[in-house]
Amino acid sequence: MTAAMELRGVSRVYGSGAGEVHALRHVNVSVGVGELVAVMGPSGSGKSTLLTIAGSLEEPSSGEVLVGGSSLRSMSANERARLRRRAIGYVFQDFNLLAGLTAVENVALPLELDGVGPKAAREVGLAVLEELGLAGQARRYPDGLSGGERQRIAIARAIVGDRSLILADEPTGALDSVNGEAVMRLLRTACKRGVAGVVVTHDAQLASWADRIVFLRDGRVVDQTTRPAGPESLLTDGTSR
Amino acid sequence: MSVRHALLALLAEGPKYGLQLRQEFEARTGEVWPLNVGQVYLTLQRLDRDGLIESDGGERDGPQKTFRITPAGAGELATWLRTPPDLASPPRDELVIKVLVALRLPGVDVSALLQVHRRHVVELMQRYTHVKAEASADDDPGLPLVVDAELFRLEGIVRWLDAAEARLGQRPAGDRARPSADPQSAPARLEAQL
Repeated sequence: MTAAMELRGVSRVYGSGAGEVHALRHVNVSVGVGELVAVMGPSGSGKSTLLTIAGSLEEPSSGEVLVGGSSLRSMSANERARLRRRAIGYVFQDFNLLAGLTAVENVALPLELDGVGPKAAREVGLAVLEELGLAGQARRYPDGLSGGERQRIAIARAIVGDRSLILADEPTGALDSVNGEAVMRLLRTACKRGVAGVVVTHDAQLASWADRIVFLRDGRVVDQTTRPAGPESLLTDGTSR
Repeated sequence: MSVRHALLALLAEGPKYGLQLRQEFEARTGEVWPLNVGQVYLTLQRLDRDGLIESDGGERDGPQKTFRITPAGAGELATWLRTPPDLASPPRDELVIKVLVALRLPGVDVSALLQVHRRHVVELMQRYTHVKAEASADDDPGLPLVVDAELFRLEGIVRWLDAAEARLGQRPAGDRARPSADPQSAPARLEAQL
């Protein structure tokens, strides 16, 4: 099966000589179509660097990044820029919505930037908002939305169009647990549609929404979970502590 | 979990049969705490003996006997709800003891040990989160509440493992090689101060 995104032997070194910092060391991570993977690690473990390299916002010092089976190394700068616009959606902790645009205009913006006409882009944006249960917020401006609502709009923007990969950096960091849960439910819904998701976080509750969790320490993948067993046994045994 | 007080809470809603009490208890706790019939009737007998509930006066014991809460029972329930549970129990957590033991043993990679436990706890959290994710809005609200309680407890363990790793990483190299104190001594000292 072709992975939606794959890092092969990726390393990233900043600086040189005595000041050299190894942010990532020979990292191998593969994310399948429809799979939600969490990358968990403490501050400075290389989580954000992994995400920016996976999203083609930064190049690795060595190793290879493949998105949809195509190596980014073999692409021109223009081809990589097109891939970023069309195939990859980003979600950041601070939402990054444009204050002067309504929710649906924010969601439709990536399509317009990619040459889709405003009317058609708006229709696609509305369809995504409806699919994610956010149609009621379509005409509201970011200032009139709660933090949780803003982040859900940001997720809709990240998956609008034919995007196949969503990359989220601590997407619930600024939210309380109930709103954080709503955001993770939405990411899960997006992945069930066939989008591959990568969430980097230090938060175990957030990570536990993922199908698989990769543990990063000092720029290295040190461990990962296996696909969890079904929940049934939790309700029938092991409950009388 | 106090079955005694849970039964009082159910009877505070109105008179109920024994079998009905068992079914409602299990339904409200997300079926996480199964009760057997004998446990229910034994608890009911004791509540009756203590004057906290009364039965309908029928001579027969059995599924058709109705129980109701007394004013003394309602008072007991109100007091119990506001009484904090014992959260200051002695720090004898098995995981903490394992890590303290590991610190004394030569050749043990404590960081790798912490990761073994971290992965196990996080995998358990994934299973609980799956229960919550699959629950529908129509389900009993008791289920997500019970799951949340487990998730916050398990998250606390992961945060302790993270903090332990960071704390051990900050120790000077010489200290890392030096055997730590007796694994029983730190909990005992803390217990003495509580």
